[in-house]
Amino acid sequence: MAEIVLDHVVKRYPDGALAVDDFNLEIADGEFIILVGPSGCGKSTTLNMVAGLEDITAGKLIIDGQVVNDKAPKDRDIAMVFQSYALYPHMTVGDNMGFPLRLAGVDKETIRKKVGEAAELLELSQHLDRKPANLSGGQRQRVAMGRAIVRNPKAFLMDEPLSNLDAKLRVQMRTQISRIQKNLGTTTLYVTHDQTEAMTLGDRVVVMRAGIVQQVGTPAHLYAHPANLFVAGFIGSPSMNFFPGQLRGGGTVVTALGEARLPDRVRQSLDGAGSTGEVIIGIRPEHFEDASLVGDKPGATFDAPIDIVEAMGSDVYAYFTMKGDVAHSQDLDDLAKDTGNELHSGGVDVTARLDAAAQVQRGRTARLWYDTSKVQVFDAASGKNLVAAVR
Amino acid sequence: MTATPTSAAAQAIEDVADDGTVQIAQQRHSDAKKAERKLGLMLVAPAVVIMLAVAAYPILYAFWLSLNKADLRRPDDNEFIFLDNYITVLSSPIWWTAFGVTMLITIVGATFELILGMGLAIVMHRTLVGRGLVRTSALVPYAIVTVVAAFSWRFAWTQGLGWLAPETSAPLTEFWPSIWIIILAEVWKTVPFMALLLMAGLALVPEDLLKAASMDGASAWKRFWLVTVPLIKPAILVALLFRTLDAFRVFDNIFILTSGSNQTSSVSMVAYSNLIRGLNLGIGSAMSVLIFLTTGLIAFAFIKLFGAAAPGADAGGKR
Amino acid sequence: MQPETRNRKLMWWGVNTVVLLYAFVPVVWIVSLSLKDDATLNDGNYLPTSPSTESYSAIFSNSDFLRALANSIGICIIATLIAIVFGTMAAYAIARLDFPGKKTIVATALLVSMFPQIALVTPLFKIETALGLFDTWPGLIIPYIAFALPLAIYTLSAFFREIPWDLEKAAKMDGATPYQAFRRVITPLAMPGVFTTAILVFISCWNDFLFALSLTSTSAARTVPAAMSYFTGATTFEKPTGPIAAAAVVITIPIVIFVLVFQRRIVAGLTSGAVKG
Ligand SMILES: Nc1ncnc2c1ncn2[C@@H]1O[C@H](COP(=O)(O)OP(=O)(O)O)[C@@H](O)[C@H]1O
Ligand SMILES: [Mg+2]
Repeated sequence: MAEIVLDHVVKRYPDGALAVDDFNLEIADGEFIILVGPSGCGKSTTLNMVAGLEDITAGKLIIDGQVVNDKAPKDRDIAMVFQSYALYPHMTVGDNMGFPLRLAGVDKETIRKKVGEAAELLELSQHLDRKPANLSGGQRQRVAMGRAIVRNPKAFLMDEPLSNLDAKLRVQMRTQISRIQKNLGTTTLYVTHDQTEAMTLGDRVVVMRAGIVQQVGTPAHLYAHPANLFVAGFIGSPSMNFFPGQLRGGGTVVTALGEARLPDRVRQSLDGAGSTGEVIIGIRPEHFEDASLVGDKPGATFDAPIDIVEAMGSDVYAYFTMKGDVAHSQDLDDLAKDTGNELHSGGVDVTARLDAAAQVQRGRTARLWYDTSKVQVFDAASGKNLVAAVR
Repeated sequence: MTATPTSAAAQAIEDVADDGTVQIAQQRHSDAKKAERKLGLMLVAPAVVIMLAVAAYPILYAFWLSLNKADLRRPDDNEFIFLDNYITVLSSPIWWTAFGVTMLITIVGATFELILGMGLAIVMHRTLVGRGLVRTSALVPYAIVTVVAAFSWRFAWTQGLGWLAPETSAPLTEFWPSIWIIILAEVWKTVPFMALLLMAGLALVPEDLLKAASMDGASAWKRFWLVTVPLIKPAILVALLFRTLDAFRVFDNIFILTSGSNQTSSVSMVAYSNLIRGLNLGIGSAMSVLIFLTTGLIAFAFIKLFGAAAPGADAGGKR
Repeated sequence: MQPETRNRKLMWWGVNTVVLLYAFVPVVWIVSLSLKDDATLNDGNYLPTSPSTESYSAIFSNSDFLRALANSIGICIIATLIAIVFGTMAAYAIARLDFPGKKTIVATALLVSMFPQIALVTPLFKIETALGLFDTWPGLIIPYIAFALPLAIYTLSAFFREIPWDLEKAAKMDGATPYQAFRRVITPLAMPGVFTTAILVFISCWNDFLFALSLTSTSAARTVPAAMSYFTGATTFEKPTGPIAAAAVVITIPIVIFVLVFQRRIVAGLTSGAVKG
């Protein structure tokens, strides 16, 4: 088990591409860290640098107080689980799991014992003599985990280990990985592009974009206090709704949802941030509600022309389009590109998650309310969260 | 006043140090990289040494010999004569006849090979029945030793012995019949190889594309010319390049079929005659160099004209 | 529907028959020639009327032929083994490792493979004479290796490239040195490719005529293709047809069987370098 520190780490590939820029992170012993971001943002590159599979262009990688930039992977005592699992097709499951021990010169009896234990833990005991080709996807995934576990390494590195599984198995394995990590208490760096995995698995989440760390924090913190538009849009599903707006004097903001008075707490931090007035307002779907169900909680109301209603049982999703400008920023454009969601309907597409009792119908106009104390206010030019800035 | 220059100097020293570390960072390779480089060089070393020893050194030596009057029958006459050997060769009708014969065999042979090879490739690719049988038997000519095939053709065309020989004449003693038989022997042996390369290209043409073209109303003939051929152009060019270079070096078949009589010698045959039979190393080497230059020119022309990707050109495939 | 498929099948059988005839007619002819006896040798018939094994008895009691056969087998096997070992090493390095001078090596291999071999005959002849390698096994083995290497390197690196990178990374993470990754993980996976390449290399050695002809002078190292052309008859133009045909059959049959058995692999090997290249 180990403490891993990335100190101003930079990766520039020989072809000149800057894949990771000035990466700083201190991973505590036993911590479960998630590296999340859209594909191509440098997650694998970062992981490979920690593994020793890629050279570090500049900066320091410190494991247990020792700079290991120049150490070969085999001397770092770190195990890795690959997206493709990378099981050796010519070896049995048992041989695959025992391979690291065999390379380390461990005697046969100990190997057998350790492989047996790991297999027990992963429910692979009856498959030890089979070849990887004869296993299901989930079993292969567990063999890959087993190979990492047997040698009791200082840390686990996992590069999208679940993305080749179908949705249901993915959820199962997610809980299993979480359980194993908690039991073993091994420092883990886990890469994913799936924000759900990020939110459910990690002690802390690192959000990356284009090689640069956007924010580091616990899942709850990232959700409640995203540092910028990118993090706000990336974390959470369905994602946050964004409306361009203007700040007016006296703590009001004007958007496609009309004029709203921001709570004092928000106003104070805005005054400190010294904004120009052009902002983007972010509201999460669950912060909308049917106005008739709210009572007199503070907030603002508006009329929404409901397009589609999806009743999920526990709650209701309402989709509608508000006339007005669409929020534009580099962050949001990047996000749209990542999700392939670049269609614009000449207005702001909004998703609202309402109570199951909400009276909304397709094609009708509904009066909706939103919680002004939960809105995020971003600077339109820089994308920075003006509310979080003071904190 | 004194503080300023000092701090400027300190600044300068820091700059140097900064530069220094930057350079170190660029030059430094981690242990893993160093081990990888070392292993890479060690693994290629034996292959490189052998290839250099057998090809690079001798070719330089051949260049040198070609500039000398190196005749093993008169070893004492050995002297540096610069380009005299080349002048002798290039003004000799024997060389030019052989050059013409070689060109003829190369061009006519490659043309037939391309046409028949394409036909065979299509048969192997499309046949509804006995695909394995066809593919397997098509390999037979490739597997047969060239000299054996050459003997088979030679006996077949030998008067009074062969099943193909006419009653009243000996085709292998006349120029044109000999040339055609040589081309036949070359073509027979190499069509399968050509067909295999082309078939590999055909396998890469998406079936859906041909279906779409046929829905668009393209006849089989049009589909072949407008869809298949453009898509397998790279395979065609690679196959053609290989074969042209090979055909230009034709030797075995001619040696067995005619021994180069009746002016049927190829350039390789005349070079061989000068070297081994005539023991005139200077002249023979000059011919060798000329052959080398011509094949180089052919390859260059192919790659320039068609932009054919050299095989293994992207051998630096990265992770 | 039914009759149409039948017609198309018949059509394809017709086409296939043409291909089979194309491939086998010259082969059957030399076999039939080797089985003719002295009396019917010159009758010009495609098939022997009274088959006999006379010619085979003749060559198998001819010490020069037996010696040539031994030379062919020995030289080709040794050359193949060495070429495969060196070729595998080089191909792995080229396909997988990062080291300086890689491009140059690939270019050298390409150059060697396009080289007119006749251009090497003189210098090799002189060098080998000077080193005492002329007319010996190593005198043929070394050039064979050199000319087999480009083929081996191209074919094998195509196979190596097919092996997923992640396996090597996994091996490194599991604590393997680059050499251990090569030996324990990559080589076992590349075995089919190595085997295919070995067949191709063996065929190319077996086929050689030019070097066998010019770098040997006695039966000490002369291989069968060269020996066949030296079989003596009454005059230069009257070669002993029967024995030559029999010798031809003897060196052809094993290789044809070989190729028929490993047909799939050979096709994969011959085309891998060229198409993916
Ligand atoms: N070997 C390489 N050479 C050059 N550029 C690379 C290499 N590997 C990755 N990259 C580039 O670096 C960036 C980050 O890649 P990667 O770390 O694989 O992203 P992720 O894992 O987040 O999807 C990408 O733009 C990618 O194109
Ligand atoms: Mg990745």
